[in-house]
Amino acid sequence: MTDLMIEAQGLEKRFGATVALDGIDLEVPAGSILGVLGPNGAGKTTAVRILTTLSLPDAGSARVAGHDVVGEAVEVQRKIGVTAQDATLDELMSGRENLVMIGRLSGLRRTPAAARARELLAQFGLTDAADRLLKTYSGGMRRRLDLAAGLVTRPPVLFLDEPTTGLDPTSRARMWEVIRGLVADGVTLLLTTQYLDEADELADRIVVIDHGRVIAGGTAAELKAQIGGARLEVTLSEPRPDAAAALEEFVAGPVHVSHDGRRLRAPVRSVAGLATTVVRALDGAAITVDDVEVHQPSLDDVFFALTGHPTAPSPDGEETAQAKEVVA
Amino acid sequence: MKELRDLVVLTRRNLVHIKREPLQLSDVTVQPVLFTLLFVYVFGSGVVLPGGGSYKDFAIAGLLAMNLTTSAMGTAVGLSSDLGSGVIDRFRTLAVWRPAVLVGRSFADVLTAAICSAFVAVTGLLIGWRPEGTLLATLGGFGIFLLFGYALSWGCACLGMISKSAESAQSVGLVILFPLAIVSNALVPTEHMPAALRTIADWNPVSAVTSAARELFSNPNPSASIHAWPMQHPLLAAVLWSVGMIAVFAPLASHLYRRRTTD
Repeated sequence: MTDLMIEAQGLEKRFGATVALDGIDLEVPAGSILGVLGPNGAGKTTAVRILTTLSLPDAGSARVAGHDVVGEAVEVQRKIGVTAQDATLDELMSGRENLVMIGRLSGLRRTPAAARARELLAQFGLTDAADRLLKTYSGGMRRRLDLAAGLVTRPPVLFLDEPTTGLDPTSRARMWEVIRGLVADGVTLLLTTQYLDEADELADRIVVIDHGRVIAGGTAAELKAQIGGARLEVTLSEPRPDAAAALEEFVAGPVHVSHDGRRLRAPVRSVAGLATTVVRALDGAAITVDDVEVHQPSLDDVFFALTGHPTAPSPDGEETAQAKEVVA
Repeated sequence: MKELRDLVVLTRRNLVHIKREPLQLSDVTVQPVLFTLLFVYVFGSGVVLPGGGSYKDFAIAGLLAMNLTTSAMGTAVGLSSDLGSGVIDRFRTLAVWRPAVLVGRSFADVLTAAICSAFVAVTGLLIGWRPEGTLLATLGGFGIFLLFGYALSWGCACLGMISKSAESAQSVGLVILFPLAIVSNALVPTEHMPAALRTIADWNPVSAVTSAARELFSNPNPSASIHAWPMQHPLLAAVLWSVGMIAVFAPLASHLYRRRTTD
């Protein structure tokens, strides 16, 4: 069995009458990324606060880097870096001053703290803005600095709570790049997100949480498999009653034909070049098509299938992060 | 020595804030000068001191007390805005020595109180105020102010901790600190105040501190003829008030801090 850097059993947390966590189990092997996916209010931040020693669980237990988050909080704090959802840096100080302060508070002496700050500012593309007050930073720059702040002591375990929420697409892509770079360095990472494409993009494993409970878990591929395979959609130039029969050999279930007879849908086993094969087959039967698409199920579909309600849209308007294979 | 380093780092952070927050900076620089000039020249022209003496010599100790009292608001506002942001959480995940957040704040407050006092004193000296006591007694007078300023900052720390936002800390602070500063012997002799107000003024810690400083500066102190105990023993009363406030508010602040940061 691999070493677990983060493990939680049966975490429960109540705020008054509200149940924030209702028995959460998590396991993150060393050197991997766990994506914790869920809508607003699902309990993601509460889970992160408990794992980072900021909040005490009402029940259950958790260990991070081998230390109990309640009984050995200080040991845990020495092993983790945290980037919270709220701004946790000092607005009235410059980027450099913030990082030096954090280095000093983490136990570094003045010179090493300054050196580390310089290094991180360069790594995160903030050298030019290093001596500007934080209040003049853009949202993306702030997030990067916040992430840099979590890395000052080179912690082996990182927690990122919604690192890209509210960022524009460019800043978001840049943040993803930075996060991928971290993992290449062997860091263990727990990342929460509301965005399915983000979890899909970054995480090795994903757990979906809703109302304080883990409702599904696995790799992105496993989750997609849970709600069935890919879906074929064909749009004909004009209705053809024989089209459904022509598709039979490619599909994995019944072919559904729309009222106007032009659109056909069916579950398929996704194989490379399927759309092309389908177009050729239809062409061979003298059936002309306007459009053929093979939809991979998105994590949105997963979420909808699991919870019965959709997730929040992506900030850049890509509500459906579907892998499309379009043939004109 | 992690404790000491955390304390130094967080004290410095608060001082940097004061330097960069125009409102707070003006609270300890422009405002003391302005108040000193306004009160001495506007009020001074209309106030006749019982037992004689110049209003200028009377007023500087009072202005020191008033400016220190009103600028203590910065503590409440600063702490409550820190608590409202995630910065305290960041400190907590860095295993920062827990008391450093509060103690660092209070140390920064003493330093700002010293700056504020210096502005009042220099303005006073420029317009002709003279402490007539020995150097030691004069320094003792400033020491009393700093002690009281320190005590007050712990009270304001409590206020900051129970405030929901920096704005509410500011408005509640105003309602508490202004009457505390004004209903006292700081700016006018209490002799002619209505009886109820006068009793409050005579027992107000600000009055004790002001009287103690006037005695140490050998400046006019009309309150010396008042029979209320603190006015008869102003130095002792000022020290007792300050120590008492620290004894109550420092543990209370740390209790409130623990409560605010535990969930």
